[in-house]
Amino acid sequence: MNTIAASLGQARKSQAMWFAGLAIMLVLWFAIYGRLLGFARWLVAQMPIEPGSHLAASIEFFFYDTPKVLMLLTLVVFAMGCVRSFFSPERTRALLAGGREGLGNIAAAHLGIVTPFCSCSAVPLFVGFVSAGVPLGVTFSFLIAAPMVNEIALGLLFALVGWQVALTYLALGLSVAIVSGWVIGRLHLEGWLESWVREVRAGDVDLEEEHLTWVDRFEAGSKAVKEIVGRVWYWVIAGIAAGAVIHGYVPAALLSGIMGADAWWSVPAAILLGIPMYSNAAGIIPVIEALLGKGAALGTVLAFMMSVIALSLPEMIILRKVLSLKLIAVFIAVVGTGILAVGFLFNALYS
Amino acid sequence: MKDIKVLGPGCKRCQATQDMVEAAARDLGVEISIKKVTDYAEMEKYGIVSTPGIVIDGKVIHSGGLPKEDDLKRWLQT
Repeated sequence: MNTIAASLGQARKSQAMWFAGLAIMLVLWFAIYGRLLGFARWLVAQMPIEPGSHLAASIEFFFYDTPKVLMLLTLVVFAMGCVRSFFSPERTRALLAGGREGLGNIAAAHLGIVTPFCSCSAVPLFVGFVSAGVPLGVTFSFLIAAPMVNEIALGLLFALVGWQVALTYLALGLSVAIVSGWVIGRLHLEGWLESWVREVRAGDVDLEEEHLTWVDRFEAGSKAVKEIVGRVWYWVIAGIAAGAVIHGYVPAALLSGIMGADAWWSVPAAILLGIPMYSNAAGIIPVIEALLGKGAALGTVLAFMMSVIALSLPEMIILRKVLSLKLIAVFIAVVGTGILAVGFLFNALYS
Repeated sequence: MKDIKVLGPGCKRCQATQDMVEAAARDLGVEISIKKVTDYAEMEKYGIVSTPGIVIDGKVIHSGGLPKEDDLKRWLQT
């Protein structure tokens, strides 16, 4: 099997083949994507379901959103996989090391979007940054932005809810990451790191410069698709199923009463509810789409989404290895306050 | 005999990396001793920022994600 893989590696598809193949795929993608709604309606019409009923609305939502979200996810993840091949955590660290706070926070939050890193790397990344002289607050800006503002969240918001909401989410997510990191930096909490983290001296690492061709970058993109779409698809389907139930059955009056702009307490409640919940953007956005359709306030819903993604218990447990409980509490408090501000601001602006 | 360390907290990709190294070494007939490094403090001494990382004879040659098979064979042969 390995000899086959090796010979395949040598017979790499040429660049021209890749470009041609991608162009064809893209045309097909748009052709199919434009017909999804019609297809979902046709499918529901074939079923023995009363048109216009709750069940029909739910099923149409499901059949329309499932292929739509999965197709979008594939496109966005592929594009981002190619973009990410231009970045690496090591290069990002070199850019941020020794930088000043303030500007450093802004750079770190933006780099958090494009730097590839998997969640099991969170600890090495954190320690690697801090021990190489990246200020603590700047490191936090990176760690907050990386999961919260990602291509999946932005791509799906753009397609399902609209570009205005996607752009706003981008701007506010970055703001929360920048300001929270800056605040944590100002508090000078370096002493609250676990002691081994402070003592570690990172060795010099001198990796060979990788020369990537376009074929390598496209391959990185399709590898990302296999990995990420393969991992999140069931979250997506679960999210869409939940969204479909909300879409078909939950009365709008009920939701806008609980999650509408008039209920001020709904923003903090949404954030608290989001902390123990753990999902990724792909699973939560179909739910958000359905909630918004029923008159939930935008600020409340975005606060919920940020809380689910950025403040998650599993991540806290991983970070506990490097942060003291006190520092984790500060982290939750600062980020939570930022999200709270975002929620209230939005509800005030858009109501 | 090459001394190889795979750095990583024990996630799926780290195991996959170790399997790849072992398979490549078997293919090439290169003798290796392979060890997993899962302790974060130990890992950090090598200066990597993302896992999994590969260290051959004390030198970090790869970090972050699965290695490419071609590269892996090249590293093992030199």
